[in-house]
Amino acid sequence: MSKIRLNESGNVKLSELIATTLLLMCRRLISRYCHWRGTQAIFGMLVLACVLRGESGAGGANPKSLSETGLYSDFATKSIAKENLMYSPQYALWSDGAAKKRWVYLPPGATIDASDAENWVFPVGAKFWKEFTFGKRVETRIIEKTAPEKWSYQTYAWNEDQTDAFLVGANGSRNHCEIAEGIKHDIPGVNDCKVCHEGDGRDVILGFSALQLSPDRDSLAPHAEKFDSTMIDLNFLIAQGRLTNLADEFKTKPPRIQGKTPRERAALGYIWANCGGCHNADDPLASVGMELKLPLRPDSSGQDSALASVVGHPSKFKIPDNGEDPTYRILPGYPEHSSLIYRMQTRNPIRQMPPLGTKIVDQEAVDLISEWIREDLGK
Amino acid sequence: MGRASRKFVFPVLGLLCLVLFYSTRATGEGSANQSRIDHGRQLVLTHGCGDCHTPWKLGANGPEPDSSRLLSGHPQELVMPPAPPAQGPWLVNASATFTAWGGPWGVSFSKNLTSDKETGLGNWTEENFIQTMRTGREMGKGRMLLPPMPWPSYQHLTDEELKSMYAYLMSIPVIKNKIPDPVAPSAPEPAKK
Repeated sequence: MSKIRLNESGNVKLSELIATTLLLMCRRLISRYCHWRGTQAIFGMLVLACVLRGESGAGGANPKSLSETGLYSDFATKSIAKENLMYSPQYALWSDGAAKKRWVYLPPGATIDASDAENWVFPVGAKFWKEFTFGKRVETRIIEKTAPEKWSYQTYAWNEDQTDAFLVGANGSRNHCEIAEGIKHDIPGVNDCKVCHEGDGRDVILGFSALQLSPDRDSLAPHAEKFDSTMIDLNFLIAQGRLTNLADEFKTKPPRIQGKTPRERAALGYIWANCGGCHNADDPLASVGMELKLPLRPDSSGQDSALASVVGHPSKFKIPDNGEDPTYRILPGYPEHSSLIYRMQTRNPIRQMPPLGTKIVDQEAVDLISEWIREDLGK
Repeated sequence: MGRASRKFVFPVLGLLCLVLFYSTRATGEGSANQSRIDHGRQLVLTHGCGDCHTPWKLGANGPEPDSSRLLSGHPQELVMPPAPPAQGPWLVNASATFTAWGGPWGVSFSKNLTSDKETGLGNWTEENFIQTMRTGREMGKGRMLLPPMPWPSYQHLTDEELKSMYAYLMSIPVIKNKIPDPVAPSAPEPAKK
Protein backbone atom coordinates (compact mmCIF):
# COMPACT_ATOMS: atom_id res chain seq x y z
CA MET A 1 0.00 0.00 0.00
CA SER A 2 1.44 3.33 -1.02
CA LYS A 3 1.82 5.91 1.69
CA ILE A 4 0.19 9.27 1.19
CA ARG A 5 2.37 12.02 2.59
CA LEU A 6 1.41 15.43 3.78
CA ASN A 7 3.01 18.50 2.32
CA GLU A 8 4.42 21.31 4.47
CA SER A 9 1.03 22.77 5.21
CA GLY A 10 -0.32 19.40 6.26
CA ASN A 11 -2.41 18.81 3.12
CA VAL A 12 -2.38 15.74 0.92
CA LYS A 13 -0.80 16.47 -2.45
CA LEU A 14 -3.62 16.16 -4.98
CA SER A 15 -1.46 14.65 -7.72
CA GLU A 16 -0.20 12.00 -5.33
CA LEU A 17 -3.70 11.19 -4.13
CA ILE A 18 -4.99 10.73 -7.67
CA ALA A 19 -2.01 8.64 -8.72
CA THR A 20 -2.28 6.43 -5.67
CA THR A 21 -6.00 5.88 -6.25
CA LEU A 22 -5.25 4.95 -9.86
CA LEU A 23 -2.62 2.50 -8.68
CA LEU A 24 -5.10 0.76 -6.39
CA MET A 25 -7.75 0.62 -9.13
CA CYS A 26 -5.27 -0.82 -11.62
CA ARG A 27 -4.13 -3.43 -9.17
CA ARG A 28 -7.69 -4.57 -8.59
CA LEU A 29 -8.64 -4.62 -12.29
CA ILE A 30 -5.48 -6.38 -13.36
CA SER A 31 -5.65 -8.98 -10.64
CA ARG A 32 -9.29 -9.75 -11.61
CA TYR A 33 -8.99 -9.82 -15.41
CA CYS A 34 -5.38 -10.46 -16.21
CA HIS A 35 -3.26 -13.37 -15.11
CA TRP A 36 -0.01 -12.35 -16.67
CA ARG A 37 2.17 -10.98 -13.92
CA GLY A 38 4.33 -9.07 -16.40
CA THR A 39 1.36 -6.94 -17.42
CA GLN A 40 0.69 -6.16 -13.79
CA ALA A 41 4.24 -5.07 -13.33
CA ILE A 42 4.12 -2.74 -16.35
CA PHE A 43 0.87 -1.14 -15.26
CA GLY A 44 2.20 -0.84 -11.72
CA MET A 45 5.34 0.87 -12.96
CA LEU A 46 3.35 3.30 -15.09
CA VAL A 47 1.22 4.39 -12.19
CA LEU A 48 4.22 4.50 -9.89
CA ALA A 49 5.83 6.86 -12.37
CA CYS A 50 2.82 9.15 -11.96
CA VAL A 51 3.29 9.07 -8.19
CA LEU A 52 6.97 9.83 -8.48
CA ARG A 53 6.22 12.67 -10.89
CA GLY A 54 3.92 14.12 -8.29
CA GLU A 55 6.53 13.69 -5.55
CA SER A 56 9.24 15.34 -7.60
CA GLY A 57 7.02 18.39 -7.57
CA ALA A 58 6.36 18.71 -11.28
CA GLY A 59 4.80 22.12 -11.54
CA GLY A 60 5.75 22.84 -7.94
CA ALA A 61 9.56 22.96 -7.76
CA ASN A 62 11.25 26.20 -8.67
CA PRO A 63 13.30 26.22 -11.88
CA LYS A 64 17.02 26.20 -11.23
CA SER A 65 17.72 28.78 -13.89
CA LEU A 66 16.07 32.11 -14.73
CA SER A 67 15.94 31.04 -18.35
CA GLU A 68 13.30 28.46 -17.35
CA THR A 69 10.96 30.86 -15.57
CA GLY A 70 9.09 32.10 -18.63
CA LEU A 71 10.41 35.64 -18.56
CA TYR A 72 12.27 35.40 -21.85
CA SER A 73 11.16 34.19 -25.27
CA ASP A 74 14.82 33.96 -26.31
CA PHE A 75 17.26 33.91 -23.45
CA ALA A 76 20.36 34.28 -25.63
CA THR A 77 19.20 37.66 -26.90
CA LYS A 78 17.37 38.48 -23.62
CA SER A 79 14.14 38.97 -25.55
CA ILE A 80 11.20 39.26 -23.19
CA ALA A 81 8.22 37.01 -23.93
CA LYS A 82 5.36 39.10 -25.30
CA GLU A 83 2.92 38.06 -22.58
CA ASN A 84 5.18 39.63 -19.93
CA LEU A 85 4.46 43.33 -19.69
CA MET A 86 7.01 45.90 -18.62
CA TYR A 87 6.00 48.53 -16.08
CA SER A 88 7.61 51.24 -14.00
CA PRO A 89 6.21 52.63 -10.73
CA GLN A 90 6.24 56.40 -10.52
CA TYR A 91 7.67 56.32 -6.97
CA ALA A 92 10.49 53.78 -6.95
CA LEU A 93 11.64 51.95 -3.85
CA TRP A 94 15.23 52.96 -3.02
CA SER A 95 17.57 50.01 -3.59
CA ASP A 96 20.99 51.58 -3.06
CA GLY A 97 20.98 53.08 -6.53
CA ALA A 98 20.27 49.87 -8.44
CA ALA A 99 18.77 50.31 -11.89
CA LYS A 100 15.65 48.18 -11.99
CA LYS A 101 13.42 46.66 -14.65
CA ARG A 102 10.09 45.05 -13.91
CA TRP A 103 7.65 42.82 -15.74
CA VAL A 104 4.25 41.36 -14.92
CA TYR A 105 2.44 38.32 -16.26
CA LEU A 106 -1.31 38.04 -15.85
CA PRO A 107 -2.98 34.76 -16.90
CA PRO A 108 -5.10 35.11 -20.05
CA GLY A 109 -8.53 36.56 -19.28
CA ALA A 110 -7.71 36.99 -15.59
CA THR A 111 -8.45 40.31 -13.93
CA ILE A 112 -7.26 42.28 -10.93
CA ASP A 113 -9.88 43.27 -8.37
CA ALA A 114 -9.21 47.00 -7.92
CA SER A 115 -12.14 47.79 -5.65
CA ASP A 116 -9.68 48.89 -2.96
CA ALA A 117 -7.34 51.27 -4.80
CA GLU A 118 -4.63 50.74 -2.21
CA ASN A 119 -4.90 46.96 -1.97
CA TRP A 120 -5.39 45.32 -5.34
CA VAL A 121 -6.24 41.62 -5.35
CA PHE A 122 -4.35 39.74 -8.04
CA PRO A 123 -5.49 36.60 -9.86
CA VAL A 124 -3.86 33.27 -9.07
CA GLY A 125 -1.02 32.82 -11.56
CA ALA A 126 0.01 36.50 -11.56
CA LYS A 127 3.79 36.70 -11.67
CA PHE A 128 6.20 39.60 -11.22
CA TRP A 129 9.89 39.81 -12.14
CA LYS A 130 12.30 42.53 -10.97
CA GLU A 131 15.83 42.78 -12.30
CA PHE A 132 18.52 44.61 -10.28
CA THR A 133 21.54 46.07 -12.02
CA PHE A 134 24.57 47.64 -10.36
CA GLY A 135 26.62 48.31 -13.50
CA LYS A 136 25.74 44.77 -14.56
CA ARG A 137 22.86 42.47 -13.76
CA VAL A 138 23.12 41.14 -10.20
CA GLU A 139 19.81 39.48 -9.43
CA THR A 140 16.28 38.93 -10.70
CA ARG A 141 13.50 38.40 -8.17
CA ILE A 142 10.22 36.62 -8.85
CA ILE A 143 6.98 36.80 -6.90
CA GLU A 144 4.13 34.56 -8.01
CA LYS A 145 0.63 34.12 -6.67
CA THR A 146 0.22 30.37 -6.43
CA ALA A 147 -3.16 30.18 -4.67
CA PRO A 148 -5.58 32.62 -3.06
CA GLU A 149 -3.61 34.49 -0.36
CA LYS A 150 -0.47 32.49 -1.15
CA TRP A 151 2.66 33.77 -2.85
CA SER A 152 5.98 32.17 -3.68
CA TYR A 153 9.30 34.01 -3.73
CA GLN A 154 12.48 33.19 -5.61
CA THR A 155 15.66 35.04 -6.45
CA TYR A 156 18.09 34.28 -9.26
CA ALA A 157 21.69 35.51 -9.05
CA TRP A 158 23.40 36.39 -12.32
CA ASN A 159 26.74 34.78 -13.05
CA GLU A 160 29.90 36.75 -13.73
CA ASP A 161 29.71 36.59 -17.52
CA GLN A 162 25.98 37.46 -17.47
CA THR A 163 25.00 34.36 -19.43
CA ASP A 164 22.49 33.04 -16.92
CA ALA A 165 21.10 33.48 -13.42
CA PHE A 166 20.63 30.65 -10.96
CA LEU A 167 18.22 30.04 -8.11
CA VAL A 168 19.48 31.31 -4.74
CA GLY A 169 18.73 29.27 -1.61
CA ALA A 170 15.94 30.20 0.77
CA ASN A 171 18.35 32.05 3.06
CA GLY A 172 19.49 34.42 0.29
CA SER A 173 23.09 35.43 -0.24
CA ARG A 174 24.58 37.91 2.22
CA ASN A 175 27.36 40.22 1.02
CA HIS A 176 26.88 38.89 -2.48
CA CYS A 177 28.82 41.51 -4.42
CA GLU A 178 30.40 44.92 -3.88
CA ILE A 179 28.22 47.83 -5.00
CA ALA A 180 30.23 50.71 -3.51
CA GLU A 181 33.51 50.96 -1.70
CA GLY A 182 33.31 48.59 1.27
CA ILE A 183 29.58 47.99 0.81
CA LYS A 184 28.22 44.67 -0.34
CA HIS A 185 24.77 43.91 -1.64
CA ASP A 186 22.58 41.30 0.08
CA ILE A 187 20.35 39.07 -1.99
CA PRO A 188 17.26 38.58 0.17
CA GLY A 189 16.10 35.27 1.55
CA VAL A 190 12.48 34.14 1.46
CA ASN A 191 11.82 35.53 4.96
CA ASP A 192 13.17 38.91 3.85
CA CYS A 193 10.78 38.89 0.89
CA LYS A 194 7.88 38.16 3.21
CA VAL A 195 8.77 41.09 5.47
CA CYS A 196 7.74 43.52 2.73
CA HIS A 197 5.33 41.45 0.65
CA GLU A 198 3.07 39.72 3.14
CA GLY A 199 0.51 41.35 5.37
CA ASP A 200 -2.49 39.62 6.90
CA GLY A 201 -3.56 37.89 3.72
CA ARG A 202 -3.38 41.01 1.55
CA ASP A 203 -1.57 41.02 -1.79
CA VAL A 204 1.37 43.37 -1.24
CA ILE A 205 2.96 44.24 -4.57
CA LEU A 206 4.49 47.61 -3.78
CA GLY A 207 5.19 48.93 -7.26
CA PHE A 208 2.01 47.81 -9.04
CA SER A 209 -1.01 49.77 -7.87
CA ALA A 210 -3.38 52.52 -8.98
CA LEU A 211 -1.04 55.27 -7.77
CA GLN A 212 2.18 53.65 -8.95
CA LEU A 213 0.82 53.08 -12.46
CA SER A 214 -1.06 56.35 -12.69
CA PRO A 215 -0.44 58.16 -16.00
CA ASP A 216 -0.34 61.38 -13.96
CA ARG A 217 3.32 60.77 -13.08
CA ASP A 218 5.29 62.93 -10.67
CA SER A 219 8.25 64.49 -12.47
CA LEU A 220 9.87 65.48 -9.14
CA ALA A 221 9.85 61.94 -7.72
CA PRO A 222 13.37 61.01 -6.56
CA HIS A 223 15.07 58.69 -9.04
CA ALA A 224 12.06 58.94 -11.33
CA GLU A 225 12.33 56.42 -14.10
CA LYS A 226 11.60 57.45 -17.65
CA PHE A 227 8.25 56.12 -18.79
CA ASP A 228 8.23 54.93 -22.40
CA SER A 229 5.83 53.36 -24.84
CA THR A 230 7.06 49.83 -24.12
CA MET A 231 5.63 50.09 -20.60
CA ILE A 232 2.09 49.59 -19.42
CA ASP A 233 0.18 51.93 -17.10
CA LEU A 234 -3.23 52.24 -15.48
CA ASN A 235 -4.88 53.29 -18.76
CA PHE A 236 -3.54 50.16 -20.47
CA LEU A 237 -4.98 47.90 -17.79
CA ILE A 238 -8.34 49.68 -18.01
CA ALA A 239 -8.40 49.48 -21.82
CA GLN A 240 -7.50 45.78 -21.76
CA GLY A 241 -10.27 45.04 -19.28
CA ARG A 242 -7.73 43.77 -16.74
CA LEU A 243 -9.20 45.72 -13.82
CA THR A 244 -12.55 45.13 -12.18
CA ASN A 245 -14.28 47.44 -9.73
CA LEU A 246 -11.89 50.35 -10.21
CA ALA A 247 -13.53 53.50 -8.85
CA ASP A 248 -15.04 55.46 -11.75
CA GLU A 249 -13.36 58.70 -10.72
CA PHE A 250 -9.92 57.14 -11.28
CA LYS A 251 -10.88 56.35 -14.88
CA THR A 252 -11.31 60.03 -15.64
CA LYS A 253 -8.99 61.55 -13.04
CA PRO A 254 -5.91 59.36 -12.50
CA PRO A 255 -4.88 59.01 -8.86
CA ARG A 256 -2.19 61.35 -7.55
CA ILE A 257 -0.81 62.43 -4.21
CA GLN A 258 -2.57 65.66 -3.25
CA GLY A 259 0.39 67.80 -2.20
CA LYS A 260 -0.08 71.50 -1.52
CA THR A 261 3.12 72.17 -3.49
CA PRO A 262 4.98 70.08 -6.09
CA ARG A 263 7.69 69.45 -3.48
CA GLU A 264 5.14 68.18 -0.98
CA ARG A 265 3.62 65.89 -3.60
CA ALA A 266 7.05 64.38 -4.36
CA ALA A 267 7.98 64.06 -0.67
CA LEU A 268 4.72 62.36 0.25
CA GLY A 269 4.96 60.12 -2.80
CA TYR A 270 8.43 58.98 -1.78
CA ILE A 271 7.26 58.31 1.78
CA TRP A 272 4.18 56.50 0.42
CA ALA A 273 6.36 54.08 -1.55
CA ASN A 274 9.33 53.68 0.79
CA CYS A 275 7.67 53.77 4.22
CA GLY A 276 3.95 53.23 3.61
CA GLY A 277 4.39 49.61 2.56
CA CYS A 278 4.65 48.67 6.25
CA HIS A 279 3.42 51.80 8.01
CA ASN A 280 -0.23 51.76 7.05
CA ALA A 281 -3.55 51.07 8.70
CA ASP A 282 -3.99 47.65 7.05
CA ASP A 283 -0.59 46.22 7.94
CA PRO A 284 0.27 44.10 10.99
CA LEU A 285 2.42 47.09 12.02
CA ALA A 286 -0.70 49.28 12.33
CA SER A 287 -0.29 49.18 16.13
CA VAL A 288 2.75 51.45 15.76
CA GLY A 289 0.26 54.13 14.75
CA MET A 290 2.00 55.63 11.74
CA GLU A 291 0.01 56.02 8.55
CA LEU A 292 2.42 56.83 5.76
CA LYS A 293 0.40 55.33 2.95
CA LEU A 294 -1.92 58.25 2.38
CA PRO A 295 -5.48 57.44 1.33
CA LEU A 296 -6.00 57.83 -2.40
CA ARG A 297 -9.33 59.56 -2.50
CA PRO A 298 -9.90 62.11 -5.25
CA ASP A 299 -11.01 64.71 -2.70
CA SER A 300 -7.87 64.01 -0.60
CA SER A 301 -10.08 63.30 2.43
CA GLY A 302 -8.33 61.24 5.05
CA GLN A 303 -4.96 62.62 4.04
CA ASP A 304 -4.81 65.14 6.88
CA SER A 305 -5.65 62.60 9.55
CA ALA A 306 -3.02 60.25 8.14
CA LEU A 307 -0.41 63.02 8.20
CA ALA A 308 -1.38 63.85 11.78
CA SER A 309 0.00 60.44 12.77
CA VAL A 310 3.48 61.75 11.98
CA VAL A 311 3.55 65.54 11.65
CA GLY A 312 3.89 67.09 15.11
CA HIS A 313 3.53 63.65 16.68
CA PRO A 314 5.97 62.78 19.52
CA SER A 315 8.34 59.96 18.66
CA LYS A 316 8.94 56.92 20.85
CA PHE A 317 12.31 56.66 19.15
CA LYS A 318 14.72 59.24 20.57
CA ILE A 319 17.44 60.77 18.42
CA PRO A 320 20.76 60.06 20.19
CA ASP A 321 22.73 63.10 21.40
CA ASN A 322 19.66 65.30 20.99
CA GLY A 323 20.02 66.61 24.53
CA GLU A 324 16.78 67.44 26.27
CA ASP A 325 15.13 68.33 22.98
CA PRO A 326 12.07 66.15 22.42
CA THR A 327 12.00 64.03 19.31
CA TYR A 328 9.06 64.11 16.97
CA ARG A 329 8.27 61.80 14.10
CA ILE A 330 8.22 64.99 12.01
CA LEU A 331 8.66 68.37 13.66
CA PRO A 332 7.51 71.07 11.21
CA GLY A 333 10.42 73.36 10.37
CA TYR A 334 13.04 71.13 12.01
CA PRO A 335 14.25 68.09 10.11
CA GLU A 336 17.08 67.70 12.65
CA HIS A 337 14.52 66.99 15.37
CA SER A 338 12.50 64.64 13.19
CA SER A 339 13.10 60.95 13.79
CA LEU A 340 11.91 60.17 10.27
CA ILE A 341 14.89 62.07 8.83
CA TYR A 342 17.33 60.65 11.37
CA ARG A 343 16.32 57.10 10.58
CA MET A 344 16.44 57.73 6.84
CA GLN A 345 19.98 59.00 7.05
CA THR A 346 21.55 56.47 9.37
CA ARG A 347 22.73 53.04 8.33
CA ASN A 348 23.25 51.93 11.91
CA PRO A 349 21.53 48.55 11.45
CA ILE A 350 19.60 48.94 14.68
CA ARG A 351 18.19 52.36 13.85
CA GLN A 352 17.98 52.61 10.10
CA MET A 353 14.77 52.82 8.11
CA PRO A 354 13.86 50.94 6.07
CA PRO A 355 15.34 48.19 8.23
CA LEU A 356 16.31 46.02 5.25
CA GLY A 357 17.04 46.24 1.54
CA THR A 358 19.43 49.18 1.78
CA LYS A 359 22.95 49.88 3.05
CA ILE A 360 23.46 53.27 1.39
CA VAL A 361 21.64 56.47 2.40
CA ASP A 362 19.33 57.91 -0.26
CA GLN A 363 20.70 61.43 0.00
CA GLU A 364 18.48 62.83 -2.75
CA ALA A 365 15.41 61.74 -0.81
CA VAL A 366 16.81 62.94 2.53
CA ASP A 367 17.38 66.38 0.98
CA LEU A 368 13.91 66.50 -0.58
CA ILE A 369 12.07 65.50 2.59
CA SER A 370 14.26 67.73 4.80
CA GLU A 371 13.37 70.70 2.57
CA TRP A 372 9.69 69.78 2.71
CA ILE A 373 9.80 69.65 6.53
CA ARG A 374 11.79 72.89 6.75
CA GLU A 375 10.13 74.95 4.03
CA ASP A 376 6.62 73.62 3.39
CA LEU A 377 5.70 72.44 6.88
CA GLY A 378 7.71 75.14 8.67
CA LYS A 379 5.75 78.05 7.26
CA MET B 1 -49.85 22.70 40.28
CA GLY B 2 -52.37 25.29 39.20
CA ARG B 3 -53.21 25.97 35.57
CA ALA B 4 -51.60 29.41 35.70
CA SER B 5 -48.39 27.95 37.16
CA ARG B 6 -48.22 25.26 34.45
CA LYS B 7 -48.33 27.99 31.84
CA PHE B 8 -44.88 29.14 32.96
CA VAL B 9 -43.21 25.74 33.19
CA PHE B 10 -42.07 25.45 29.59
CA PRO B 11 -40.84 29.04 29.17
CA VAL B 12 -38.89 28.79 32.43
CA LEU B 13 -37.42 25.43 31.46
CA GLY B 14 -36.48 26.85 28.06
CA LEU B 15 -34.82 29.81 29.71
CA LEU B 16 -32.89 27.54 32.06
CA CYS B 17 -31.70 25.44 29.13
CA LEU B 18 -30.51 28.57 27.35
CA VAL B 19 -28.62 29.79 30.42
CA LEU B 20 -27.12 26.34 30.90
CA PHE B 21 -26.09 26.16 27.23
CA TYR B 22 -24.38 29.56 27.20
CA SER B 23 -22.74 29.12 30.59
CA THR B 24 -21.24 25.74 29.60
CA ARG B 25 -20.15 27.24 26.30
CA ALA B 26 -18.48 30.14 28.10
CA THR B 27 -16.85 27.70 30.51
CA GLY B 28 -15.70 25.67 27.53
CA GLU B 29 -14.15 28.73 25.94
CA GLY B 30 -12.54 29.71 29.22
CA SER B 31 -11.21 26.23 29.64
CA ALA B 32 -9.85 26.19 26.08
CA ASN B 33 -8.14 29.50 26.72
CA GLN B 34 -6.70 28.23 30.02
CA SER B 35 -5.48 25.12 28.28
CA ARG B 36 -3.76 27.29 25.67
CA ILE B 37 -2.14 29.40 28.41
CA ASP B 38 -0.97 26.24 30.20
CA HIS B 39 0.51 24.90 26.98
CA GLY B 40 2.21 28.26 26.41
CA ARG B 41 3.64 28.22 29.93
CA GLN B 42 5.09 24.78 29.32
CA LEU B 43 6.64 25.94 26.04
CA VAL B 44 8.06 29.13 27.57
CA LEU B 45 9.59 27.09 30.40
CA THR B 46 11.02 24.36 28.20
CA HIS B 47 12.36 26.76 25.59
CA GLY B 48 14.34 28.68 28.17
CA CYS B 49 12.76 32.12 27.57
CA GLY B 50 13.29 32.96 31.25
CA ASP B 51 17.00 32.19 31.02
CA CYS B 52 17.52 35.59 29.41
CA HIS B 53 14.25 37.47 29.85
CA THR B 54 13.93 37.01 33.62
CA PRO B 55 16.80 38.84 35.40
CA TRP B 56 18.95 36.62 37.57
CA LYS B 57 20.00 37.53 41.08
CA LEU B 58 22.44 36.03 43.53
CA GLY B 59 20.49 33.91 46.02
CA ALA B 60 21.52 31.70 48.91
CA ASN B 61 22.38 28.90 46.51
CA GLY B 62 23.99 31.01 43.83
CA PRO B 63 22.42 32.72 40.77
CA GLU B 64 18.69 32.20 40.39
CA PRO B 65 15.94 33.86 38.35
CA ASP B 66 14.21 36.73 40.14
CA SER B 67 10.59 35.59 40.00
CA SER B 68 9.36 39.04 41.05
CA ARG B 69 10.58 40.28 37.66
CA LEU B 70 9.25 37.35 35.65
CA LEU B 71 10.07 37.78 31.95
CA SER B 72 10.35 41.56 32.28
CA GLY B 73 13.76 41.89 30.57
CA HIS B 74 16.82 43.88 31.51
CA PRO B 75 16.10 45.94 34.68
CA GLN B 76 15.82 49.58 33.64
CA GLU B 77 17.63 50.82 36.75
CA LEU B 78 20.66 48.68 35.94
CA VAL B 79 22.67 51.02 33.70
CA MET B 80 25.51 49.03 32.22
CA PRO B 81 28.98 50.45 31.59
CA PRO B 82 30.34 49.99 28.04
CA ALA B 83 30.89 46.34 27.22
CA PRO B 84 34.47 45.03 27.05
CA PRO B 85 35.88 44.88 23.52
CA ALA B 86 34.55 41.89 21.60
CA GLN B 87 37.80 40.11 20.87
CA GLY B 88 39.88 37.09 21.78
CA PRO B 89 38.64 33.72 22.97
CA TRP B 90 36.17 35.36 25.41
CA LEU B 91 34.28 36.95 22.55
CA VAL B 92 30.93 37.27 24.28
CA ASN B 93 30.27 38.99 27.61
CA ALA B 94 27.17 38.84 29.75
CA SER B 95 25.89 40.85 32.70
CA ALA B 96 25.36 39.13 36.05
CA THR B 97 21.61 39.31 35.36
CA PHE B 98 21.99 37.48 32.01
CA THR B 99 19.94 40.30 30.48
CA ALA B 100 22.72 42.33 28.80
CA TRP B 101 25.00 40.76 26.24
CA GLY B 102 28.05 42.16 24.48
CA GLY B 103 29.64 40.65 21.38
CA PRO B 104 30.56 41.37 17.78
CA TRP B 105 26.93 42.46 17.17
CA GLY B 106 27.20 45.28 19.75
CA VAL B 107 25.22 45.17 23.00
CA SER B 108 21.78 43.63 23.28
CA PHE B 109 19.32 43.79 26.16
CA SER B 110 16.62 41.21 26.88
CA LYS B 111 13.17 42.50 26.03
CA ASN B 112 10.31 42.96 28.43
CA LEU B 113 7.93 40.16 27.43
CA THR B 114 5.08 41.13 29.74
CA SER B 115 2.01 42.83 28.34
CA ASP B 116 2.84 46.36 29.48
CA LYS B 117 1.68 48.59 26.64
CA GLU B 118 4.48 51.11 26.90
CA THR B 119 7.51 48.97 27.66
CA GLY B 120 6.51 45.38 26.88
CA LEU B 121 4.53 43.44 24.30
CA GLY B 122 1.21 45.10 25.15
CA ASN B 123 0.92 46.71 21.73
CA TRP B 124 1.94 43.60 19.87
CA THR B 125 -0.70 41.51 18.20
CA GLU B 126 -0.52 37.74 18.13
CA GLU B 127 0.44 38.06 14.46
CA ASN B 128 3.29 40.48 15.34
CA PHE B 129 4.62 37.90 17.82
CA ILE B 130 4.40 34.99 15.37
CA GLN B 131 6.05 36.96 12.57
CA THR B 132 8.87 38.07 14.89
CA MET B 133 9.72 34.44 15.54
CA ARG B 134 9.35 33.53 11.88
CA THR B 135 11.48 36.33 10.43
CA GLY B 136 13.82 37.23 13.30
CA ARG B 137 12.75 40.86 12.97
CA GLU B 138 11.04 43.15 15.49
CA MET B 139 7.27 42.76 15.01
CA GLY B 140 8.11 40.74 11.92
CA LYS B 141 9.10 43.85 10.01
CA GLY B 142 11.69 45.93 11.87
CA ARG B 143 15.36 45.52 12.74
CA MET B 144 16.92 42.09 13.15
CA LEU B 145 16.76 40.51 16.59
CA LEU B 146 20.22 40.28 18.10
CA PRO B 147 22.11 37.38 19.71
CA PRO B 148 21.67 35.47 21.88
CA MET B 149 17.97 35.38 20.92
CA PRO B 150 17.60 31.89 19.39
CA TRP B 151 14.86 32.76 16.88
CA PRO B 152 16.44 30.57 14.16
CA SER B 153 15.39 27.61 16.32
CA TYR B 154 12.06 29.08 17.36
CA GLN B 155 11.03 29.79 13.78
CA HIS B 156 10.30 26.07 13.49
CA LEU B 157 7.61 26.20 16.17
CA THR B 158 4.12 25.80 14.76
CA ASP B 159 1.60 28.64 14.66
CA GLU B 160 -0.37 26.91 17.38
CA GLU B 161 2.69 26.67 19.64
CA LEU B 162 3.56 30.32 19.09
CA LYS B 163 -0.04 31.35 19.73
CA SER B 164 0.07 29.45 23.02
CA MET B 165 3.34 31.15 24.04
CA TYR B 166 1.82 34.53 23.20
CA ALA B 167 -1.32 33.70 25.22
CA TYR B 168 0.81 32.78 28.23
CA LEU B 169 2.92 35.96 27.97
CA MET B 170 -0.27 38.03 27.84
CA SER B 171 -1.50 36.29 31.01
CA ILE B 172 1.47 36.89 33.33
CA PRO B 173 1.69 39.91 35.67
CA VAL B 174 2.30 43.18 33.86
CA ILE B 175 5.63 44.79 34.75
CA LYS B 176 6.54 48.29 33.59
CA ASN B 177 10.23 48.11 32.76
CA LYS B 178 11.78 50.07 29.92
CA ILE B 179 14.80 48.31 28.57
CA PRO B 180 17.59 50.30 26.88
CA ASP B 181 17.97 50.41 23.10
CA PRO B 182 20.58 48.01 21.76
CA VAL B 183 23.97 49.43 20.85
CA ALA B 184 25.38 48.75 17.40
CA PRO B 185 29.11 48.16 16.98
CA SER B 186 30.73 51.46 15.94
CA ALA B 187 28.36 52.23 13.06
CA PRO B 188 28.70 55.74 11.59
CA GLU B 189 26.05 58.18 12.75
CA PRO B 190 24.52 60.73 10.37
CA ALA B 191 26.19 64.12 10.41
CA LYS B 192 24.34 66.77 12.39
CA LYS B 193 22.96 69.48 10.14
